[in-house]
Amino acid sequence: MSLAWLLRRLLLMAYTMLVVSVLVFAITQVLPADAAVTLLGQNATPAALAALRQELGLSDPVGLQFWHWFWALLRGNFGTSMRTGLPVGPTMFTALSRSLLLAACSIVLMLVVAVPLGVLAALRRGRALDLLAGLVSYLGISVPEFVTATFVLVVLADRLGWLPATGYVPITKHFIGGVRHLIAPVLTISLVLIAHVARMMRSETIDVLASDYVRAAELKGLSRRTVLLRHVLRNALLPVVTVVALDVGYLLGGIIVVEEIFAIPGIGRELLIAIQNRDLPSIQAGALIMAGTYAVTNLLADIAYALLDPRLRYD
Amino acid sequence: MTDLFRRLLRTKQGALGVVILLGITLICVFGPALAPYRPDHMDYVSRFAAPGVQHWLGADQFGRDELSRLLYGARETVPPALLATLAGTLAGAIVGTLSAYAGGRWDEAIMRTVDAVLAIPGLLLALLIASALGAGEQTALLAIAIAFAPGMARITRSVALAARQEEYVAAAIARGESGTRIVLAEMLPNVIAPVIVETTIRVAFAVMLLATLSFLGLGAQPPSSEWGLLVSDGRAYLHDAPWLVLAPGAAIGITAIGFNLLGDGLRDALNPRDER
Repeated sequence: MSLAWLLRRLLLMAYTMLVVSVLVFAITQVLPADAAVTLLGQNATPAALAALRQELGLSDPVGLQFWHWFWALLRGNFGTSMRTGLPVGPTMFTALSRSLLLAACSIVLMLVVAVPLGVLAALRRGRALDLLAGLVSYLGISVPEFVTATFVLVVLADRLGWLPATGYVPITKHFIGGVRHLIAPVLTISLVLIAHVARMMRSETIDVLASDYVRAAELKGLSRRTVLLRHVLRNALLPVVTVVALDVGYLLGGIIVVEEIFAIPGIGRELLIAIQNRDLPSIQAGALIMAGTYAVTNLLADIAYALLDPRLRYD
Repeated sequence: MTDLFRRLLRTKQGALGVVILLGITLICVFGPALAPYRPDHMDYVSRFAAPGVQHWLGADQFGRDELSRLLYGARETVPPALLATLAGTLAGAIVGTLSAYAGGRWDEAIMRTVDAVLAIPGLLLALLIASALGAGEQTALLAIAIAFAPGMARITRSVALAARQEEYVAAAIARGESGTRIVLAEMLPNVIAPVIVETTIRVAFAVMLLATLSFLGLGAQPPSSEWGLLVSDGRAYLHDAPWLVLAPGAAIGITAIGFNLLGDGLRDALNPRDER
């Protein structure tokens, strides 16, 4: 991996974040909300409103407003929530940490299930396990998270009573309780991921099994186990890295819904609350932090990919 | 075309997808005629009625028949998703083709910006646009179209670039064919296949996104019986009347599965070389 490639990649990420912040700012400008009215209430006098608008810089030209906002962002200042009056940055990053825990657990569960499932399905093409894997994949990519989450709630929490319905307990405070509250959301999120990755893993394994180097390895007389582990799995796993990174995008989207349903105070739920309350600084911060998380994940995936596959050096 | 359809029906996924989507089309067209009740017909006696002879899929908190609401709601769920996907595909295809045509710096600038927009998770982007434009069925549709456009632009561009370098295009140029004829008769049929497959699979995604936006309160509004809204409505009565969420949830899933199957079937039918 050359330094120039890495530099170019970092520059691209910076450009991405710039475009994202322009977009987020533009969207919040269009939002039918008057920050002054939100802060002072409907009954405020026109004079008080005008004074506050002046103070907040709301009567400045849009370009200048963007510059002030962007400059503050660069110094790590996300502004103050119009709903709670607290600084937005710390609130959002605390929420992000809870979301990341949820995401990490989901990715681990996905890897443990999807990789063996995909490989086994490829090895037993057309048999019962392959058909089952196919069915799970179709369900996973076709059923939206809010439906899966609702079904999980109906079955595991309401009918069987195995899990608490909703809510969040920090695992640092109460480990068992925290884990029990995490199970249903993690199951919901990982179903989609398992669907994607198992499908990908299956088709990659089929391709690799038919490749010349696997045939050569078999002809050399290597044991099936060695061929599978050293040649097939290694090569089939490569594209999965990219899929997992792309899936983080789905994951972040899905997390909004799953956190809302299971009442987990993560970044997705904070963002929804912000949207419902027209709390502009929180909307901006939430959207930017989510997009930033996705951008960083993609960067890490590209680096991992380049390290794993020396043939690839990107243009 | 008929040949393509025959090949599609020969793939397992394609045939199943066609059957499911045919059923859903029939429901969209004849749903209101088939429904046993009006979707807004309230009957306080059958509040929370369990699925049975009177109400096949049960009744909601106002005694409205769930089956009738589902049948009426199909029109508010599936056609808007199709429309949103087509609009997004068209917008993306125009941007992608122009970018490939312009080439050089313009192409670079357009594609980097497209990449940047793609860096925003789809649901997040749709959510932000929908909230900026105000909640409603039309704005949700528009939000999804906008959210889809960059991805489609990227795909059409790469396909158009690849097609320009193909030998059959060089052969057509050598034969002295006109530019329009080359684009329409030679490039388009070859370019369109991956775009059709991607579009079909995206309809499934649009059905899910649209329902999710309604579920979050940013799409269709009550008393509409859009399927996402039905799930959202029924959530409060999860314990006493689980059928209120299970039926519309299953309907959304089956529709999306139909489009995903059709997309996979089309991919196999269009690439006879790539048999999996």
